[in-house]
Amino acid sequence: MTDYRAVDVRGLRHRFGTHAAVDGVDLQVGPGEVFGLLGPNGAGKTTTIRVLNTLLPIQEGSVQVLGYDVRRERTAVRRLLGYVPQQLSVEAALTGRENVSWFARLYDVPRHERNGRVDDALAAMGLANDADRLAGTYSGGMVRRLELAQALVNRPALLILDEPTVGLDPVARSGVWDRVEELRQTTGMTVLLTTHYMEEADALCDRVALMHLGRLRIVGSPERLRRSLGPSATLEDVFRHYTGDGLDGRDPGTGGLREIRRTRRTAGRVG
Amino acid sequence: MRSAALAGPLDASAERLPAPAAWRRFPSRTLTFCIVELQKLSHDRTELVTRAVQPVLWLLIFGETFNRIHAIPTGGIPYLDFLAPGIIAQSSMFVAIFYGIQIIWERDAGVLTKLLVTPTPRSALILGKSFAAGIRSMSQVVVVLVLSVILGVTLTTSPLALLGTFAIVMLGAAFFSCLSMTIAGVVLKRDRLMGIGQMITMPLFFASNALYPISVMPQWLRVLALVNPLSYEVDALRGLLIGTPSHIALDFGVLLLSVVIGVATASSLVDRLAR
Repeated sequence: MTDYRAVDVRGLRHRFGTHAAVDGVDLQVGPGEVFGLLGPNGAGKTTTIRVLNTLLPIQEGSVQVLGYDVRRERTAVRRLLGYVPQQLSVEAALTGRENVSWFARLYDVPRHERNGRVDDALAAMGLANDADRLAGTYSGGMVRRLELAQALVNRPALLILDEPTVGLDPVARSGVWDRVEELRQTTGMTVLLTTHYMEEADALCDRVALMHLGRLRIVGSPERLRRSLGPSATLEDVFRHYTGDGLDGRDPGTGGLREIRRTRRTAGRVG
Repeated sequence: MRSAALAGPLDASAERLPAPAAWRRFPSRTLTFCIVELQKLSHDRTELVTRAVQPVLWLLIFGETFNRIHAIPTGGIPYLDFLAPGIIAQSSMFVAIFYGIQIIWERDAGVLTKLLVTPTPRSALILGKSFAAGIRSMSQVVVVLVLSVILGVTLTTSPLALLGTFAIVMLGAAFFSCLSMTIAGVVLKRDRLMGIGQMITMPLFFASNALYPISVMPQWLRVLALVNPLSYEVDALRGLLIGTPSHIALDFGVLLLSVVIGVATASSLVDRLAR
């Protein structure tokens, strides 16, 4: 394997007005890793992700994704990414197959490969039998798997998942975890996810970074971080140890009404 | 096998399909968004019916009444003939002027952020969406044309002129949907866009040659009509459909330029929606 990094972030800062959402982040993710950004609402996870995936401009610092400079080579980066945002975001008026096919076209999947790839992505997410139903009739867990199928139809080198199970019930949540775990085992794809669920980070991630008030407080494997505090420590304990705050985002200045609304909207769409 | 099917390159240096040339993304994305629009329409046809009501009323009530009054100078043609192209342009504008609501809905639903992360230039995204609005407007054209024939309007039977009609309506709808997406990019909220859309549709309609010729307007209104792309759309449609003297090349040029400006403006604002 080459020594390149799937994600290489140096000195990243991003401000919204006077609020520093990301305040000096250095982050390296190796190829094939499943890496979790863990923190409460408002920690800066989504902002970091949005800079990585080219949605937000780089105000300060440098960001390389899969060897490409995100500032100068946006289109090259976009071709290599799969992205699932926090909100449940499929087109309800299209069928599952049409939703995936739409993104296959947007990623320039050649015509002769398109149908096969769409079928593969749907089958891999367990949606083959429901592919021709309108996405508006899907359950929350199915919508999330459909989004994964949309993100995978491009065969991305880096899959970015922003709070992939927020608002999902426990059964749907474990369904999504199973699919991500399968992806890791079968493709070796690099996955970068954000979450504020400790059990999610434990179940999925090779390494996690604990993020608080725009900064990374500590990075390591979930097991090593837990062990560093004692045999019965949880990631929540680790988080509190390093930040003096809990993962439920009690800090009144950071959560942000907009983010809470977004989370609630997602939960509402799940039903 | 699942593993083989989904196995992607593990690093960026692995062999990938060459990126298509940047210019090819424009026709490709336009086609993609038009296909998606047709797929949506095929799943829910109620909109085709509900959207048809208003132009039908304009033709049946306003058109038939003014046809009898003979109050508007139309250059010797029946008022219904004069009106039909105007109603085609008006009804397709009404569809397009609210198209920005869709992009705000897509923003709220998270779909827009996913679209913006695909290798699609912002201008190709807006161009694709604006032509998708044109696709949605086409049903209006068909309804008004069929009703006009039933009401006895003498329409062209030339396939070339009909093709030109569709092209002009497409350009008109593309421009007005760009205007709508531009407003969406400025106001960012659905309710505000609805308010502004309702505020400007009627002035755009009345300050055009859709209902009456520009020559009967007061001077100040003529100025507005001459900078209103709807006037050029109506002029071209009259020339193509009922053969009145028109300036099709000029009309086509103005509409094309309007679309180019509209796409450039709306695409410069679309990132605001995703932040």
